[in-house]
Amino acid sequence: MIYREAGEFKTSYAADQGLLTIPMDRWFVIGLVLFAFIGMPLVGDEYWLGSIMIPVLILAIAAMGLNILTGYAGQLSLGTGAFMAAGAYMAYKVATNLSFLPVPVAILAGGGFSAMIGVLFGIPSLRIKGFYLAVATLAAQFFLLWLFTHVDWFVNYNLSGVPAIADYHLFVDWGPLVTGAQASVEARYLFVLVFAVFLALAARNMARCKIGRSWMAIRDMDIAAEIIGIRPLHTKLSAFAISSFYCGVAGALWAFCFINNVEPGAYEIERSFQILFMIIIGGLGSILGSFLGAAFIFLLPITLSQLPGWLGLDVPADVITHLEFMVMGVLIIFFLIVEPHGLARLWQIAKEKLRRWPFPY
Amino acid sequence: MKFGKLGLLAASAAMTVVSTAALAAEQYIPSLVYRTGPYASGGVPLADGYADYFHLINERDGGVNGVKFKVEECETGYKTDRGVECYDRTKENATIYNPWSTGITYALIDKVTADKIPFLSMGYGRTSAADGRVFEYIFNFPSTYWNQATAIVQYIANELGGTDQLKGKRIGYIYLDHPYGKEPIPTMDILAEKFGFTYDKYPVAPKSMTEQKSIWLQIRKTKPDYVIMWGWGAMNATAVKEATNIRFDMSKFIGNWWSAGEDTAIPSGDKAKGYRAATFHGVGKDAPVFGDLQQHIVDKGMASGDGSKIGLVLYNRGFANAAYVVEAVRKAQEKFGNRVMTGEEVRWGLENLDLTEERLAELGLTGLVPPTKVTCENHEGLSPAIKIQEWNGSGYEVITDWIPAMTQVTRPLIEQDAAAYAAEKGITPRSCN
Repeated sequence: MIYREAGEFKTSYAADQGLLTIPMDRWFVIGLVLFAFIGMPLVGDEYWLGSIMIPVLILAIAAMGLNILTGYAGQLSLGTGAFMAAGAYMAYKVATNLSFLPVPVAILAGGGFSAMIGVLFGIPSLRIKGFYLAVATLAAQFFLLWLFTHVDWFVNYNLSGVPAIADYHLFVDWGPLVTGAQASVEARYLFVLVFAVFLALAARNMARCKIGRSWMAIRDMDIAAEIIGIRPLHTKLSAFAISSFYCGVAGALWAFCFINNVEPGAYEIERSFQILFMIIIGGLGSILGSFLGAAFIFLLPITLSQLPGWLGLDVPADVITHLEFMVMGVLIIFFLIVEPHGLARLWQIAKEKLRRWPFPY
Repeated sequence: MKFGKLGLLAASAAMTVVSTAALAAEQYIPSLVYRTGPYASGGVPLADGYADYFHLINERDGGVNGVKFKVEECETGYKTDRGVECYDRTKENATIYNPWSTGITYALIDKVTADKIPFLSMGYGRTSAADGRVFEYIFNFPSTYWNQATAIVQYIANELGGTDQLKGKRIGYIYLDHPYGKEPIPTMDILAEKFGFTYDKYPVAPKSMTEQKSIWLQIRKTKPDYVIMWGWGAMNATAVKEATNIRFDMSKFIGNWWSAGEDTAIPSGDKAKGYRAATFHGVGKDAPVFGDLQQHIVDKGMASGDGSKIGLVLYNRGFANAAYVVEAVRKAQEKFGNRVMTGEEVRWGLENLDLTEERLAELGLTGLVPPTKVTCENHEGLSPAIKIQEWNGSGYEVITDWIPAMTQVTRPLIEQDAAAYAAEKGITPRSCN
């Protein structure tokens, strides 16, 4: 009786096209976002905000990026780490060489550059599909990281090759510090959260408007999509561009707000796989799934490694890690057997059940 | 009445908290380790050595002036994000950090500075942190990569009979193609120009560390007089193996201190005889302190891990690292009193550390740890030097005395890079006078 469309009368087209038509859904999401903005900085301490929430949100942005490409447009990619690196290095270049620009612009510019590179590496997708395309994007992964670590221009001729990110204010000289170690953890968290919320909102809306529908048409059957008038070139490359933009922003945020330097090791192939696992566990073709997957893959190992401490057991660090690997593997297999479509699907099923409650049929 | 009772309960609860805090007057040593993952073969002996020295001090001396150490490990798996997470989890009351990972070091440099916790990256991390005016909380004594490169060249010169003999010589430089491996290149460029030798660069991609056939074929063709290696992980053993395959004269093959572990030479065994590597600490179990370790730790079954790593090169490195920390705490206590030191106080202790030969002899560390003096400007120590160790088929033996680095070459580079860092970060270097 509580979770119903029934009795909801729409009086305008805008209301009919709303993102969340069921009031309970709407209030729940608004409440969650409000909690993230107000409650979380009040409740969370430095550890929770700084080394749990910030990386989870950043990885969720990257996962959304990959989900647009793989989940919505059906183009398998293993170049996520490289696109993140492109965003990070270019944002660093913009922030240092065009220092009159505020740091959010630098981060978005990093995303923009990453989008361009994404389009370039997306061109093969017009001819090859599936695993073959994955191999082509693997080339991006290796080539881009090689480029960034071998051309000193990208690191401003830094002798150590790992440039540090300065402490930047929100707008050049104005506003709180949002990057670097001097910035308060709340400021960094909110900064990342704003990006995450806006990008999630944008992705959700893109997915249900024309561009998203053409992605899904291409994903489900590209020949049929072409026949009904969807241009494959335009559609596939737009998916690559937008996906890389998301990844680029995530990479830049990782460097600027989390580890405070641009380190190539953070964008290795392992990162690409990690993010691929996130969207598989979270749910392909789902924005919510990107967040759930990121949280699951990143948080579970940390939770498992702390569990013995919370229980007051004294277990050596290496044993904990080995246990962590085992439990993590088992849980992944368990979830994929129980629900092959990911955590997002579980959530959806729960909602559908709730809709029929208390009279299921 | 109920409220009164509650108040009493609360008060007694508070008292218990206070009393446990008083009991827990231990110097807290968070240890970021990697006992698992691709680099565990290096991480396990490092972590064991580090923990064992603190336990030895606790058991033998009852701590430093009565203050015991409490070592707590946090597993990073050599991953930067897990390292940052470990740091945030353990930084409360932390004495010092040394994550044994360049990636984690770079990520933590700014964080520890903001949190006022000292950081000792001993023979890794950011070389220019040797400039203490810019990097107040970062220490990298007893030597840095750049100084190591100069010392290895100095060693080659000594073997040839003087630096003038380097002219016209050809050196092969085989390195991990990663910021770590590329770091000595500016120094090598300067040395090549200064002494008139040429050197060829042979990068090994981190993705294919074990594929070096073509590199060693090239080396066989170009016949360099010496080969210097800057390797890590699986790359080391592969390089030594390939070198033996082309019958390269192993005594002309010199690894840096991260290519100096037993795992580098064991797979080639006897064939690798003569392979040399740099080290900034002693090898083996000859130092007197190992007797105490046997008596107080090993015999009581308190050794970290399974105790099988004692005396290995990387074990000794972790051990030496802990010895520096203990001495820094002792130094800090001289100034601030015999209690648990805060991070800032330990920083002072590190900066005023002066370990002489006599002091090392008292500690039983002669030959294991080099004498070091740290100052406000110079965080890598005033006399950076290395020893060269040689593989004898089953273990390493040190074959030289301390070979000093050419600090007049590296210091300007260090100051240049530190100044660039300061400019980028908007830091005003502090004055040391």
